[in-house]
Amino acid sequence: MPFSLLKFGLYKDYPFEQIADLPGPTDLKQYYDVVIIGGGGHGIATAYYLAKYHGITNVAVLEKSYLGGGNTARNTAVIRSNYLTSAGVRFYTESVKLFERLSNEFDFNIMYSRRGQLTLAHTDTTVRAFRQRAEVNKHFGGRTELIDRQAVGELLPSLNLDPAGLPILAGLWHLDGATARHDAVAWGYAKGATQCGVELHQLTEVTGIDIEAGRVTGVQTNRGRVACGCVVQAVSGLSAEVSRMAGFPLPIVAYPLQAMVTQPVKPFLDPHVSSSALHCYVHQTSRGEIVIGGGSDPYPLYGTRSTLELKEGLIGSAVEMFPFMSEMRLMRQWAGITDMTSDYSPIMGLSPVENYYLDAGWGTWGFKATPICGVTMAELVASGGKVPDLISPFSLDRFDAFRQVNEMGATAASH
Amino acid sequence: MKILTCPLNGPRNIAEFTYGGQVKPMPNPTEATDQEWAHYVFYGDNHIGVVREWWMHTPSGYWFIVERHNQTDEVMRTYDPAELFDPGSSPATEPVQADP
Repeated sequence: MPFSLLKFGLYKDYPFEQIADLPGPTDLKQYYDVVIIGGGGHGIATAYYLAKYHGITNVAVLEKSYLGGGNTARNTAVIRSNYLTSAGVRFYTESVKLFERLSNEFDFNIMYSRRGQLTLAHTDTTVRAFRQRAEVNKHFGGRTELIDRQAVGELLPSLNLDPAGLPILAGLWHLDGATARHDAVAWGYAKGATQCGVELHQLTEVTGIDIEAGRVTGVQTNRGRVACGCVVQAVSGLSAEVSRMAGFPLPIVAYPLQAMVTQPVKPFLDPHVSSSALHCYVHQTSRGEIVIGGGSDPYPLYGTRSTLELKEGLIGSAVEMFPFMSEMRLMRQWAGITDMTSDYSPIMGLSPVENYYLDAGWGTWGFKATPICGVTMAELVASGGKVPDLISPFSLDRFDAFRQVNEMGATAASH
Repeated sequence: MKILTCPLNGPRNIAEFTYGGQVKPMPNPTEATDQEWAHYVFYGDNHIGVVREWWMHTPSGYWFIVERHNQTDEVMRTYDPAELFDPGSSPATEPVQADP
């Protein structure tokens, strides 16, 4: 009512009690049952499910910067499960199901919005691969189908059906494709976890890991030493550097992944659109900005700079798909550091150190896995190292045994 | 646009080059165990610091070695592989710096 608004307008103080979503900073304790290195989506989700499902609340999440400030804030917030391998599809399908109910669970709006995702095929080989992906998806309960050129045109009237001289033959239409506010996902988990008693320590950088007789006994931080029962490492981008502190290497190469957004425009694009041949994907946020992203940089780097050549390439492809976008201005650009593995699958589970658990190798597929990573990592920790079936294909020792999970449905993989 | 100095063709636009992976010693394929071979294939030096890499100037198909810092993206040196693999051959080109 306008009158009540006017009344509130005359108040000197804010008339309602303000409840902060997160508690203020506290001192580090001497000992935690579980120390989680990395306060991004994965780390804080693991803490949340440890507290919620397993009653383990003596947990500290150590974050060297601020909550969700690393790659959680640098992805393009795409949620989908239309991968290729059985292991991948099973895993990501569970994640999509969890995402759907997170807002209710947190009582915190993560702005989950189901849009559908359309991947375009420009060659017969890709159409064949897509047919396989559609069948694997259906088998594991995802909703994905192959649609023809005409249906693609009807779904997206503004799409150029012959971009860059590569006629669109078909599309992989994934109804479960969605988006959510990535910051809100991290904040929702943090709110839930800290309400259960989990401690989130921001500006707390791990500088060393104490190992005795093959077991972790504690971690050194810039705020002193903390003893712990076990450690979960969830630091995308710097996984190999952190694991080296624990004394073992990881088969990971860090590549930057660049993305950008345009100025906001009226809504014209509901689904995510991705082209397998142009190596470019486009979607419109709820604010109206167009997000443009693509594959990783052409060579490794532990840096988050943006380059002109990648921007030119991505924008060129985006304009080929939606020619009217040539009129638009870019607003922001950024990059994240991605942990690339040679098979485009993550590294999860046990490590050579007995009570040190890994959540690494998240390349370009980490955000969409946030809830299921939390659930499975919490289960792994609570059971004292019994690897859940869902993540057993992603073990670190698969490389030594040549048991890779060749995930060619990943964004960075060329089809 | 970043410039990389090719030992054969001089300073060229980075888009003309292809990254070819790290320089790492290959174990003898007939004698190496599976684990040694897996280690050679999948693991590399992923420290933050200066790394030694294979690069190719794509139009001329010429492979050479780049020493580059993998966080600042600063190129320390580029040189012909003969310097690494055949010590008796011609001396290396002068150390070169990429344009900032």
